[in-house]
Amino acid sequence: MRDVYVAGIGITSFTRLEYPLVEIAAYPGLMAMKECGIRNIEQIYVANMGASRINHQTGLASAVANDLCLMPAGAETIENGPASGASAIKQGFLAVASGMYDVVMVIGAERMREVNNLEATDFVATLTHPLAEYIYGVTLPALAGMFARLYMDKYGVTARHLGMVAVKNHKHAMDNFYAHLHEEVTLEGILDSPDAATNNPIVADPLRYYDVCPISDGGACVILTSADTAKKTGKPMIRLAGVGQATDTHAVHDRKNPTDLLAVREAAKKSLAMAGVTPQDVHVAELHDAFTILEIAESEEVGFFKKGEGHLALQDGYTKLGGKLPINPSGGLKAKGHPVGATGVGQAHEIVLQLRGDAEKRQVKGAKVGFTCNFGGFGNNVVCLTFVRES
Amino acid sequence: MAIDLEKTLRPVDTPLAEYPAKLMTLAGGEQLVIRQVTRDEIPDILPHVEPLMHVERDFYDIVAARVYAELLGYYTYRVQDEYVLAAQIDGELVAVVNGRIVNKDVGMSYHTLALRRGLRVGAHAFAAKMEYHIDILGQKEVLIVAESPIGFRRWMIEYKLEKRFHVPHELGGCPSWALTQELFDKARHSLIVGRRPVPEPLLAKAKAAILPPTDPPRPPADRLAATRSLYDSTATSLLEQRKLLGGKQDA
Repeated sequence: MRDVYVAGIGITSFTRLEYPLVEIAAYPGLMAMKECGIRNIEQIYVANMGASRINHQTGLASAVANDLCLMPAGAETIENGPASGASAIKQGFLAVASGMYDVVMVIGAERMREVNNLEATDFVATLTHPLAEYIYGVTLPALAGMFARLYMDKYGVTARHLGMVAVKNHKHAMDNFYAHLHEEVTLEGILDSPDAATNNPIVADPLRYYDVCPISDGGACVILTSADTAKKTGKPMIRLAGVGQATDTHAVHDRKNPTDLLAVREAAKKSLAMAGVTPQDVHVAELHDAFTILEIAESEEVGFFKKGEGHLALQDGYTKLGGKLPINPSGGLKAKGHPVGATGVGQAHEIVLQLRGDAEKRQVKGAKVGFTCNFGGFGNNVVCLTFVRES
Repeated sequence: MAIDLEKTLRPVDTPLAEYPAKLMTLAGGEQLVIRQVTRDEIPDILPHVEPLMHVERDFYDIVAARVYAELLGYYTYRVQDEYVLAAQIDGELVAVVNGRIVNKDVGMSYHTLALRRGLRVGAHAFAAKMEYHIDILGQKEVLIVAESPIGFRRWMIEYKLEKRFHVPHELGGCPSWALTQELFDKARHSLIVGRRPVPEPLLAKAKAAILPPTDPPRPPADRLAATRSLYDSTATSLLEQRKLLGGKQDA
């Protein structure tokens, strides 16, 4: 396999976007082409989870190829739940690494706010086991709530630790123009004040409103190329050095130990090993914090911290901007937003910005190795990516 | 002659109980004071509303234009039995809500304008307005409409409002929805917050000056983010971008 590089990137705001899904997908593609000056796209992969269900649209990749006037490029839509984005990047990686294509555009796009929050929650819940989970009314917040309760009992994580994730990531998002939520929150406001119960009501005990990501629209794009093509852009050479993917049981209750996220552990291990680095070599990470507890749990499973000690690193400030290993400098899913199909590509966009040194106020100084974890299902299909800046 | 005519034009207001100011802590830790403003304070609010008339996003333009007109109507005695509440953080104006009294039993909600997004500022201000109608004035119901999807979610869905579609609302004659005493009681423990009395220094600061919003809603960064492009089936906004970027070709 040959090396694969990220030559161009583009993104929309992750927020409520009042324009059609195809445009949400096409816009970051335009931005990426403009940024790197590459127009000769040979293949497009569009990651999306809900178009056919909530936007009444199929064949999204074909529509995007038309909208961007990229015919006769190949085009495919990739659906892998909330991990669709990183899955599409994996496909792009394989296409370039194999030598089949030289320039591949990977887009992630979602328009979830077309439906109300109840319908959106139900749509995401369709990724759960249809007979063992969904028919009993399980939703992702419900699974995360049960997971959090067990985690708290086993490892001493408290509601305060969960609140710290929210406070940190909301603060990070303040410096991200494209983030969904530009509102700084405090532990006093969401946990301690007399009005905290209204500001931050229970969603799925013990998870509260500020423990849960918003429902967002948004799109993001990365253009993957061979080394020769990437060099011509004149931009820093960011290599997609590691791709790891793993699956776990569909129903969470089938896992021997439900607090172990084995797919995260395995996908991270594969990705880091492929890149030839260890967790300790990573300078900046974007983890899939759809719920605050997941940032803590994933930071342990990836190997950044020992099992059961992620919350301690958080409370000691290791994971905030300026800390030893900043996690989710973009604001994460928690505050940047979570347009499910776009999230994995959005994570890659942030890491590329960081490794290029273009992340402005939220820049992690000297970042050379970046990592993303895109968590599909409730941990039953996870894709991890490792990016390395070459000198 | 002019004075006599003014008497005719000017409606006679019904004496209304004052809304007692209240205080709440936001998710960001800020102390939010909601209080009734006097007619004399309206000129201090108008300059902060006017810029939002040019924000073509999330229906800020139409809401701000209407709020401006309603506040001006209140100031110049052209609306009967209107009231205005202001939400302030350290004196900074973060939301304005208003409405009027139709009769002893029925209130008419006009607008809720959030000048700072997030933290449920607008939701808290709307709740205060409902509290004024139901708890302070003892009205049986308040008639409400929404001009934006955000408003619809906040009012019609969160409060589970009842339909009063046979009653045209004063805002454009749209079909009304109603918040009844019973619905308000159901929402009381989850949506209505705040403490009284407001500590004197905080209230004094709020009354001392209505300061401009420090982070008001701004126009969209690009045309694609404009609210109404959803209804633009020709996708001209995308074509515009394509030209801007010097794309391969124009369709």
